[in-house]
Amino acid sequence: MRFRVRPRAVIACVTGSIALLLLMALNIRIGDIPMSLGEVLRGVIEGDFVVMELRLPRALTGALVGAALAMAGGITQSIARNPLASPEILGVTTGASVMVVAGIVASGSVYGGASGLLLSLGIPVLALLGGLLGAALVYSLAWRRGLDGYRLVLVGIGVAAVFTNVKYWLLTVGDVNDTTRAMVWISGSLHGRGWEHVLPVFLALAVLVPVALAATRTLDALRFADDTAMSLGVRLNPARAGMILLAVGLAAVATASAGPIAFVALASPQIALRLTGSGRPPLLTSAIVGAVLVAAADLIARTAFAPVELPVGIVTAVLGAPYLIYLLIRLRRGTRT
Amino acid sequence: MARTRILCVLAAALLVAVALSITIGAKAVPLTDAWQALTAPTGSENDIIIRSLRVPRTILGVLAGIALGVAGALMQGHTRNPLADPGLLGVTQGAAFLMVSSIIFLGVSNLYAYIWFGLAGALIASVGVFALGMVGGRGGPTPVTLALAGTAVSAFLYALTSAIVLLDEQAMDVFRFWQAGSIAARSADVVWQIVPFIAAGLILALVNAPGLNALSLGEDVARSLGQDVNRTRAVGVAAVTLLTGASVAACGALAFVGLIVPHLARHLSGTDHRWLLPYSGLIGAALLLVADVIGRVVAPPGELEVGVVLALLGAPFFIALVRRRKPVRL
Repeated sequence: MRFRVRPRAVIACVTGSIALLLLMALNIRIGDIPMSLGEVLRGVIEGDFVVMELRLPRALTGALVGAALAMAGGITQSIARNPLASPEILGVTTGASVMVVAGIVASGSVYGGASGLLLSLGIPVLALLGGLLGAALVYSLAWRRGLDGYRLVLVGIGVAAVFTNVKYWLLTVGDVNDTTRAMVWISGSLHGRGWEHVLPVFLALAVLVPVALAATRTLDALRFADDTAMSLGVRLNPARAGMILLAVGLAAVATASAGPIAFVALASPQIALRLTGSGRPPLLTSAIVGAVLVAAADLIARTAFAPVELPVGIVTAVLGAPYLIYLLIRLRRGTRT
Repeated sequence: MARTRILCVLAAALLVAVALSITIGAKAVPLTDAWQALTAPTGSENDIIIRSLRVPRTILGVLAGIALGVAGALMQGHTRNPLADPGLLGVTQGAAFLMVSSIIFLGVSNLYAYIWFGLAGALIASVGVFALGMVGGRGGPTPVTLALAGTAVSAFLYALTSAIVLLDEQAMDVFRFWQAGSIAARSADVVWQIVPFIAAGLILALVNAPGLNALSLGEDVARSLGQDVNRTRAVGVAAVTLLTGASVAACGALAFVGLIVPHLARHLSGTDHRWLLPYSGLIGAALLLVADVIGRVVAPPGELEVGVVLALLGAPFFIALVRRRKPVRL
């Protein structure tokens, strides 16, 4: 195997990592007891309660979830050979949304406020279950004497349409208060996330990221037409199935922790692709871009309308969309003149 | 001509769907009585139901179904992307954003006013996306630039809309029903409001079909065939915007009709847009009406929103079709 180091990719990764650390520190700094950056650093080293138990887990959840979603998006876009693809067409995020909205609407009207504790424990599990069920459904329906990228996209559209509309319908059934609560979760929120949310995503990333990076060559080959990929020595079906499994795992765990944070999975790979100037979504850079995007969005979500806190998923799109558009325009200017 | 025959069959299917939509509902009206209500009304209960409820609802369903089916086929053709829905250029989210804003900032509570705001939002968003695609480059926007810029603007507007409805319960209550999509309880006035937009959109779409066929051979080939690529694309975008904007303003976020229906139509027509567009429109309208009728009878005494029924009904059929046959690629 041959590694070619792309200078632009290295620069993007290094700048991204520095920005990520800085944003996380700024995130930890704010709260009921404001701290200076020095105090944040000391708090992490000395194990201060506020830093270690309340603020660091939230910041970490955001960064890890962003990285996982972005990576899942990059893999999906490569397999589908489509820049508009995201884990949504794998049934993960939409499946999780339906399950959670159903849970909130059902328990909200039956048990009233008393179900709060049950729900806070139950939502991640419900989301994980819904995500995996949704993915299993798409996968089994798309499999027919092998996995074809185009058929996967079409089946994914169909399943997503069912899930999304059932979700909309559930939102109209429940009480408007439950609808609002459900909307917060659907948008993706980092409110009150603790170590129990960090750990699953961390473990998933620790296992799946090395696998994904090792499989980069396969993913590269899958971008080409089927014949070309085969002649490059890739066994198409196992390769595609394996990569989809990776993407599903990453997206499902991330969604369970923080909800389906919008736009990260779709935009991060496209931003990374344009930053590095490579031919396909680069996984590592995508992950870093995703982490930076969510960390920055969380900072804005908490400070923009303080003391009211917005769900982070609302800000990711507000922040990511203009940046992606800027990159699109700048690149066009560069290529055409 | 096999293609003409298919067109006739689809038109007949739409007629049957229209008849079903007029006769079936909370109160079933026999076809003869319905005919009488239309031709020689006597002011009976049936006549009132037919003339003031069923007919506007049916016409709206036909209009929106045709519009979204055609718009979807155009959008997928122009972006050459099977994931493109007619709301891709920000049309749906533009409509939603301006409608919700009008509720919260201007205190608008009148249904007709919503529709104008929705339409305006759709137009502004779509023109904005097209302009963003134009910025920078010499030529017009490429399909990928358009699709990505549209997705980005949609996500941006959806985020703003979500923020507003999360902060305002009244806006949330309107928004969640708009989002589910419905062709019910719209009076004849709403129908007449959107007719001119949809008619203009359909004419532009039909004019656009031959140009789109040339474009699907690739831009260079299209140019060498004497096509003005930028103009073809601009006409297509204008058609999509008018069709989708009018439909979603009146019926809510039903844009996914336009995502699925063209794939069904492509199985019958192949990739020739001169046939794909009419097939898509007819299938879209028939499917929308049938879904609406089922939604009326399936959960008495209430109704199920047409969007849900459509997804539950159309998507499995679509998936079965995708599995059975080799997909017709764009």
